Amino acid sequence: MIALLIRDLRLAVRAGGGFGLGLSFFLILTLLVPFGVGPETGLLSRIAPGVLWIGALLACLLSLDRIFALDHEDGSLELLVTAPLPSEGIVTVKALAHWLTSGLPLVLVAPLLGVLLSLPAPGYLWVTVSLAVGTPALSVIGTFGAALTVGIKRGGLLLSLLVLPLYVPTLIFGAEVARRGAEGLSVQTPLLLLGGISAGVIALLPFASAAVLRINMRQG
Amino acid sequence: MMPELGKYAFAVLASYGVSLGLLAVLVLASVARARRMRADLERVEDRSKRHG
Amino acid sequence: MSIWEYANPVKFIRTTDRVLPWISAGAAICLVVGLVWGFFFTPDDYRQGSTVKIFYIHVPAAMMAINAWAMMLVASLIWIIRRHHVSALAARAAAPVGATFTVIALATGAFWGQPMWGTWWAWDPRLTSFLVLFLFYLGYMALWSAIENDDTAADLTSILCLVGSVFAILSRYAVLFWNQGLHQGASLSLDKEENVADVFWYPALVCIAGFVLLFIALVFLRTQTEIRARRMRALIARERQA
Repeated sequence: MIALLIRDLRLAVRAGGGFGLGLSFFLILTLLVPFGVGPETGLLSRIAPGVLWIGALLACLLSLDRIFALDHEDGSLELLVTAPLPSEGIVTVKALAHWLTSGLPLVLVAPLLGVLLSLPAPGYLWVTVSLAVGTPALSVIGTFGAALTVGIKRGGLLLSLLVLPLYVPTLIFGAEVARRGAEGLSVQTPLLLLGGISAGVIALLPFASAAVLRINMRQG
Repeated sequence: MMPELGKYAFAVLASYGVSLGLLAVLVLASVARARRMRADLERVEDRSKRHG
Repeated sequence: MSIWEYANPVKFIRTTDRVLPWISAGAAICLVVGLVWGFFFTPDDYRQGSTVKIFYIHVPAAMMAINAWAMMLVASLIWIIRRHHVSALAARAAAPVGATFTVIALATGAFWGQPMWGTWWAWDPRLTSFLVLFLFYLGYMALWSAIENDDTAADLTSILCLVGSVFAILSRYAVLFWNQGLHQGASLSLDKEENVADVFWYPALVCIAGFVLLFIALVFLRTQTEIRARRMRALIARERQA
């Protein structure tokens, strides 16, 4: 499984797409927002946490279809599923690789982009923390969506339609942590709930993803 | 014998109109598709009986 | 004689064909009686004026929008556990009906909210949850139509329905946490003082019965259609092979 993880990471870095693309998308989105709503600093600093969260979510979504698509095309996915590895393990590793290549960079870059949006000072910590807690859930949910649509040609749009409603709870609590943090309020309750959702999703959803993956591979 | 709807006439009538319209569309679409499918299936069954 | 006999498609079609006229007639009668009663023969509410008439559509539609998803959840579970095709097809048949009810609940809510709250739409927990529910319906139907193999589609959508149910409930509470709303509380619980008065209650009850019967009739009819569609695909596939 560790070999699989290393292989996935190396592929993601070498293919270039997945790794840089999400980050550039995040950067462009944060640049576009001030063009859309105007350069007024007060307004920007108020919406900054939400914008960063939505940007991270969309950037995450962008690279989801790559989780299984490449492996499906060259047939190695079937080998993986029939290999003596539990498919739960495969989807977990896939989700982890996705998080390391797209979630983690977003978390690290978010404070820098916060500067562009004149995020209030206490917000930096909480935006980073909430993204660090929330993005793993985004990756795991996304892996479920990617497993559902793996056999479908041009499933990208369908993937977004399936995954975005599932992102609602994570987004609500994550953005709430970031917003309250930026305003200097107590973040305990939403942070706990966000952590709870992430933990629950990471613990349970791989079983659903694995079942879905096996169903999709069954017909060959 | 239209009831007196007062200043909310638009809201009430629009609600009833939209809802009944949507229900009618749903029912008609379901019935039409059921009819078509029944006819299509009969045709295919006949064909497969003749051949098989 | 057990309920599982109806898992046989032929038996299902024969039985539903027999009861379908009765259920449809019942639905039509209940809806006409309830809506005419509600529209023409009920007094205006002293606070909400004539908009209270929207109640007779809004509440049953909203109830059935949720119940339809619950029915799909049960049907999906039956498919996963016992693998009866009729069950999976019934879940598929119910989705567009549920989605339509959701739209009706949202639309009538908007028309009602406009004079009462001064806005068509508010990011109120109930409204937002319903919008999310609608998105779930859309995703579910899109997944069904995207996959060609019937059994694979049934399996995948069933799992989506299970996962979606969990997330729908999570979203419900997340949204509640996110924003306290304008929407009044449940008006039909049996034990509360603030329930609606009897004059509004009886026609509403008839309307609810009408919506339930309409839902059942539509699901039966659409399930029959799905069964036939499936059989036709099988026949055509066999012809091609021969």
